[in-house]
Amino acid sequence: MKFSLRTLLTQGLAGHSGWPEQWRSPEPKAAYDVIIVGGGGHGLATAYYLAAEHRVRNVAVLEKGWLGGGNTGRNTTIIRSNYLWDESAAIYEHALKLWEGLSRELNYNVMYSARGVMMLAHTVHDAQVFKRHVHANRLNGIDNEWLTPEEAKDFCPPLNIGTDVRYPIVGAALQRRGGTARHDAVAWGYARGASALGVDIIQNCEVIGIDRDAAGAVTGVETTRGRIGAGKVGVVAAGHTSVLMGMAGVRMPLESYPLQALVSEPVKPVFPCVVMSNTIHAYISQSDKGELVIGAGTDAYTSYSQAGGLHIAEHTLDAICEMFPMFRRMRMLRSWGGIVDVTPDRSPIIGLTPVPGLFVNCGWGTGGFKATPGSGHVFAATIAQGRPHPIAAPFTLERFRTGRLIDEAAAAAVAH
Amino acid sequence: MLVIPCPHCGPRPENEFRYAGEAHIARPADPEALSDAAWADFLYMRGNPKGRHAERWRHVHGCGRFFNCIRDTVTDRIERTYPAGTAP
Ligand SMILES: Cc1cc2nc3c(=O)[nH]c(=O)nc-3n(C[C@H](O)[C@H](O)[C@H](O)COP(=O)(O)OP(=O)(O)OC[C@H]3O[C@@H](n4cnc5c(N)ncnc54)[C@H](O)[C@@H]3O)c2cc1C
Ligand SMILES: [Zn+2]
Repeated sequence: MKFSLRTLLTQGLAGHSGWPEQWRSPEPKAAYDVIIVGGGGHGLATAYYLAAEHRVRNVAVLEKGWLGGGNTGRNTTIIRSNYLWDESAAIYEHALKLWEGLSRELNYNVMYSARGVMMLAHTVHDAQVFKRHVHANRLNGIDNEWLTPEEAKDFCPPLNIGTDVRYPIVGAALQRRGGTARHDAVAWGYARGASALGVDIIQNCEVIGIDRDAAGAVTGVETTRGRIGAGKVGVVAAGHTSVLMGMAGVRMPLESYPLQALVSEPVKPVFPCVVMSNTIHAYISQSDKGELVIGAGTDAYTSYSQAGGLHIAEHTLDAICEMFPMFRRMRMLRSWGGIVDVTPDRSPIIGLTPVPGLFVNCGWGTGGFKATPGSGHVFAATIAQGRPHPIAAPFTLERFRTGRLIDEAAAAAVAH
Repeated sequence: MLVIPCPHCGPRPENEFRYAGEAHIARPADPEALSDAAWADFLYMRGNPKGRHAERWRHVHGCGRFFNCIRDTVTDRIERTYPAGTAP
């Protein structure tokens, strides 16, 4: 059913009792042309673009839990494209352009809101790094501007720009086209779009093995719902990528860490934009529901626990209270963790693997939500054509052997 | 916050320590002799297991020494710790 004013009116008059399910939930077939492992935003977007742009429609997405139950539904939804290196700028900007038209493309409201992302500088080093980003971005045609503390406060009135604090604000970089989107809607919108084009969305189906023939090529996967054949398998499993690639004997340059977020009780609109501080480790915006959405740091050690230490969240709330004194008495409602897959250079890995027929899209770490449409788009092309899409080409697994790293780690320290 | 038993100082809170990654990765004796793939494996590839993990910690705000630790990465439970340079 297409969403329109007319369907909204007729459904409204019928008491909203007639809305159909948004995607089919079929039994798995014996085999598919392509299997995508992982029903997060990136996996679902990949399936959607395979069907929509490459006419590859005999596709299944296998998800061990529920759609978006991984990092897609756990993240703080910050979207921006002002990365330093040309390769990164190209892929994140590709994604940002797709975000701008995504609700229309999917006929599903993903609530993309370009409310501006402001990154605070607290030290001379921060200021130099951000100004360098502003100039590099401008050369790549990406908007990013330097603000004085006063201009930053104009843009975000709750900001404390006093100098009697531990980490005074010395300026900020602002990307006005940056913002947020509704995380669940992104997963659901892509699932709905893919399903309508013939993709099978299969939840509660965990992949537990990857089958290969005598020559080593992929022939299918073993799952908790039986064996499913496929000539091509794309692993898009975020924090669990090492586990899945291990099933095919491939070692990955990844470490999985818990990353936390928390939300406050809902309040009236008080916070107009997104503010990030890498230096003192805090990210904040306000959801349309009214909750303050706050992102914290990763734990110090690798873990699959989806929890994270209390002291990590506490450290972030210290920073939030210093930057926004008006939130000091706000109560927090919920906190949780997601398992993020971190690469040595903090850039993703998108492309072919040493195993014929096996593709991987991972390593998005703490900052891949913003890339969801772009990542799915270039990964679909890579799978369909069997060679890297030009925007994906620098992000091969091979770069760890050749040494052509894309070192956003050194560029930003934190990658949101 | 984990409570980590330093083999030299006993149990202490996690914030006295610094994590130092997967344990028992020996630097190749003769890097020149290695292929690029073998060098990449040493530098970048990690087991990242879901389950039992041998890892290094350093008691930076205590004795200052590195040591090894076996921890389950699903429960975060520490099985045991043992001095650097000894086998698991
Ligand atoms: C707290 C937090 C805050 C974040 N904030 C931001 C932010 O503000 N901005 C930003 O850009 N990014 C942010 N990120 C990062 C972002 O969430 C991720 O990079 C992105 O969502 C990854 O999407 P994905 O589809 O690859 O992974 P996921 O959504 O994790 O999807 C992977 C799926 O694979 C499934 N899976 C795993 N193993 C198997 C198996 N064996 N069989 C079948 N299925 C399997 C999982 O259940 C999961 O649903 C944040 C992450 C966290 C945890
Ligand atoms: Zn000690």
